[in-house]
Amino acid sequence: MILNDEEKSMLAGEQGHVAKQAIEHQIQVGRFFGAEDFVPVTQAHIMADTESLGEAGVKWLENLADAGEKGVRIPTITDPRGTDFTKADKLGQTEWMLSLERRAINAFRRLGVSMTDTCINYQTIVAATRGEHVAFGDTGVVIYTNSIGGAKSNFEGGPSALAAGLTGRTPRYGYHLERHRQATLRIQLDWTPRELSDWGALGAIIGRLSGNYWQVPVVDGFDRFPVSDEIKHFGAAMASFGSTALFHLVGITPEAHSLGDVGGDKLPIAHRIGEGEIRDLKKSYAADKHIDIVVFSAPQLSLYELRDLAGLCHGRHFKRPLMVTTSPQVKPDSDRFGYTETIEGAGGTVLTGMCFYQSYAREMSEANGWRRLATNSAKLVNILGGYGYVPMLASMKDCVDAAESGELK
Amino acid sequence: MTPLKARHAMGQKVTGRALVASDGFSARYDLDRINGVFSRSTHKLAGESYVDKILILDTAKGGVATAWMLHEMKARNMAPMAIVLNTVNTILAQGAAMAGMTMLAGFDVDVTKAVENESMVELDPETGSLRVLG
Repeated sequence: MILNDEEKSMLAGEQGHVAKQAIEHQIQVGRFFGAEDFVPVTQAHIMADTESLGEAGVKWLENLADAGEKGVRIPTITDPRGTDFTKADKLGQTEWMLSLERRAINAFRRLGVSMTDTCINYQTIVAATRGEHVAFGDTGVVIYTNSIGGAKSNFEGGPSALAAGLTGRTPRYGYHLERHRQATLRIQLDWTPRELSDWGALGAIIGRLSGNYWQVPVVDGFDRFPVSDEIKHFGAAMASFGSTALFHLVGITPEAHSLGDVGGDKLPIAHRIGEGEIRDLKKSYAADKHIDIVVFSAPQLSLYELRDLAGLCHGRHFKRPLMVTTSPQVKPDSDRFGYTETIEGAGGTVLTGMCFYQSYAREMSEANGWRRLATNSAKLVNILGGYGYVPMLASMKDCVDAAESGELK
Repeated sequence: MTPLKARHAMGQKVTGRALVASDGFSARYDLDRINGVFSRSTHKLAGESYVDKILILDTAKGGVATAWMLHEMKARNMAPMAIVLNTVNTILAQGAAMAGMTMLAGFDVDVTKAVENESMVELDPETGSLRVLG
């Protein structure tokens, strides 16, 4: 890779051991993908729940922090943590999990990282703008930022996102390059989803059809402009099912005013998707009418989703646990507007700064007997199968009904 | 058999037993990392141990957690020896770099069809080659 003077200085260790270690990691990744040089980035976002890090990852972070050197050079924020410390007992989490979380948080703070603990930073912190190069973790954040914002990021895993924060740059490969942002798969939509779980199901179908990280679907045929929460579920599911990092919606997303802008006019229509395909995807997860728990998470809920959920929870009495996750930025407004009180008054729990699947999901299942899980998140359904759950996908209203009756329609 | 050539490679030269399937890979989505087995019931390797195997799969799937998890698994000696993919994503490559794990990706043939399950294979990242030993 071609390095400028500052990058050579970092590599030589002149800017400290931490910067040297970070840029060495980045050069190894950059060479693997044939990057010619680095590109400066303006923000980094780190996924680093301690279930993923384990003791080894936390110790690695502590070693970086112990060096006592200059920390991150650009605004660097975090994805959800593995717990809400105030409600860990309700989740069946144990002290060793909380201790590991505290150690990771302490290390990140010493490195200058801002603990925002959110996977919806594009709704709550600072959204990246068109053409801005960033280093974001969390696949849902990246796909939204690339597709809706027109900014440029690869999926940056925790170590690489932290490295970008520490060096202020990332190797120029993948979606930082215009040539990778053209469409590779053309999809025609015959039915526009109506509610969030349908948007997630549509994203899941397109993710499966895309198949790998380098495919860029372009979708035409929407009968209206989707809102942020709809695209949030659509993108998060697509990224989860397909490892997809960028999509274009004709006439909606900024790089695709027309099909031809992203090369879609040169592609045959590979698939048509209608209401039937979306219903079939949801039915494929309908394994059992009895449920043990309802979860709204993945991504964390926006203020508007909490508003809708509170409306559905009003006056109810839940038989089953109903867990909701949101960001530390949204929670105070949810409290002020009475949404939290309404949800919790019905027997639900509003958790802050965490996401359900990033919080020792297997151990929570075993501790609480949670196996059959209802959610309106297609992303969550996709992830939790590997953790021993039987996840089922339904609308927000049907999930709330299930929390009250114990059965999913 | 002529060695297969990968377009992307990193890590040390290794020799080991192949665990092969035409399926995807995500450490978070697919594995019981405590017991070292594939746990997603719909995965073609469900129930199989991946520890110290050379995993040969189609494509990287899912989210960003694998970038940490390969490092964590290796620290407990519960990791694959190496990972070989037809199509890699950025996360698997970043995770392999963090963990010091050998990785090859991008072939002119479908590597999951070219290599038989349980065969002995040698990976040489310096030349980007995968050789079937028997």
